[in-house]
Amino acid sequence: MPDQSVSVPVPRPNLVQQPVKVSRWTQLFKEIKRNKHYYILMSPYMIIFTLFTIIPVLFSICLSFFYFNMLEFPRFVGWDNYSRLFLNDDVFMVALRNTFMFAVITGPISYFACFLFAWIINELSPKIRAVMTLIFYAPSISGNVYFIWLIVFSGDRYGYLNGFLIKFGFILEPIQWLTNEKYILTIVIIVQLWLSLGTSFLAFIAGLQTIDRSLIEAGTVDGIRNRWQELWFITLPSMRPQLLFGAVLQITASFAVADVSIALAGFPSVNYAAHTIVTHLMDYGTIRFEMGYASAIATVLFLIMVGANKLTQKLLRKVGE
Amino acid sequence: MQRKLNRSFTVSFLLFLLLAVFGLFMAIPLVYAINNAFKPLDELFIFPPRIMVNNPTLDNFFDLFALMGNSWVPLSRYIANTLVITLVGTFGHILLASAAAYPLAKHKFPGSQIIFSTVVLSLMFSGTVTAIPNYMMMSWLGWINTHLSIIIPSLAFPLGLFLMKQFMEQIPDALVEAAKIDGASEYRIYWQIVMPNVKPAWLTLMILQFPMLWGSDGGNFIYSENLKTLHYALGQIALGGIARAGVGAAVALILMVVPITLFILSQSSVIQTMATSGMKE
Repeated sequence: MPDQSVSVPVPRPNLVQQPVKVSRWTQLFKEIKRNKHYYILMSPYMIIFTLFTIIPVLFSICLSFFYFNMLEFPRFVGWDNYSRLFLNDDVFMVALRNTFMFAVITGPISYFACFLFAWIINELSPKIRAVMTLIFYAPSISGNVYFIWLIVFSGDRYGYLNGFLIKFGFILEPIQWLTNEKYILTIVIIVQLWLSLGTSFLAFIAGLQTIDRSLIEAGTVDGIRNRWQELWFITLPSMRPQLLFGAVLQITASFAVADVSIALAGFPSVNYAAHTIVTHLMDYGTIRFEMGYASAIATVLFLIMVGANKLTQKLLRKVGE
Repeated sequence: MQRKLNRSFTVSFLLFLLLAVFGLFMAIPLVYAINNAFKPLDELFIFPPRIMVNNPTLDNFFDLFALMGNSWVPLSRYIANTLVITLVGTFGHILLASAAAYPLAKHKFPGSQIIFSTVVLSLMFSGTVTAIPNYMMMSWLGWINTHLSIIIPSLAFPLGLFLMKQFMEQIPDALVEAAKIDGASEYRIYWQIVMPNVKPAWLTLMILQFPMLWGSDGGNFIYSENLKTLHYALGQIALGGIARAGVGAAVALILMVVPITLFILSQSSVIQTMATSGMKE
């Protein structure tokens, strides 16, 4: 009996003879099959995301090479839309200049303001902190209440600013704030800044609250003497992820100025004084129905936004280094 | 006291002064908007204009209801439209975004990296870029002039997925693994283990999504009067100019009170979620 097992020949797998010939695709397919539950969970979101974000971006890029007016079949025109946009469209140049004015001013200022006020608020006691957070955040979620600024900048004496200036004798006649080229861009910038302490502001407040206090104590031992050194050497480097996140939101928003401009300055604004790339896009897309041309504008806007974001991300990585 | 480390009194004082000045700049328009809604007509057009109300009255609100009672489409219809869009859009978004965020946050599978980078990339441009193809997509799907055209795209708002995924990453892997060993399916892990642990993120997605849909006026998609939103109806009244100044102020108050109240109620949860909002390098 005990010897029986010895006589049974054990089939030994020959490892050399048959190399496992699983191609990359089969392996990938197996991986996908193994993880199928994840794809199912993600599918509702991803289908909608694909339909209304990914495909439109790609479609918009393709369409920018066509002439298309929604009625006739699209006609391929190559780079014509782009050459017309940059060489033959004076209004686009105004829009481009205004958009960069908005972005260069509101982008950095709102970003800096988000951080500065979050930083000051963080020193307050929790209850006051909550109230101040609310005051600074409220404008950005209070719907389209910016039309309150229409009353502030109203062109008659009942406008708040005119009333104030007349009462204290700075001016004698009311100023037409919203129809004067000189003021309109500044006013839109002010209102845009008022609205801009949004999600990034909250992200900064949250980031500041999670900074490890022992880091600050250790820094004090190592010779950090005032709040500015603490800010530069400890606070900012610890918050780098939130800073990157906030930058993305502020930059994207600063290039997309349109609603405020339309609400305050009208559409189109006086002599295009508050015309932006987005309002130019709306002009061609929703009024003139030159869809190919509008798509070229959209593609330019897309490239500007993504380019500005990528550039800023590169710069911000250097913070505190 | 720990908090006083590295702080000089003079600088603190100057910084708080700065905070107070800009706090006033932020608050005055809102205070003005609130007060205006309670001003009787003679105070609305007083010269010089005043911020605070002297003899508060509810007349503007009664005028508003009287006005809306006479309109062709009853006020309740506009309210119902806005509620449908806002509630379905907000809850649907939380549900879909978290279902998509769980695999991205807790598992690695083919395509997960590229999907997440695409979502991050889409944070870098705004919806106006896709407005024209979106309109064509809607008309192709036959959703023009339905509430679907507002609700469905809002369900896949990329910021929500991003924040939800970042927040889910701090759920311990051990918790997910333990549930798996106990034989729970992925769907069950998502619904019974992950979801209850990310309640603060639900509220955050709500506070980002809600004001957007609440403030939606139907855009280019909705033409029928009986499908239009409260925001649109109230906006039309406010356009009535001088004669409707009081009613317009009441409208502004109604529009701003709801999102602000929601934020007051959810503030601490929102801050908690935002702590994980950072972008990896």
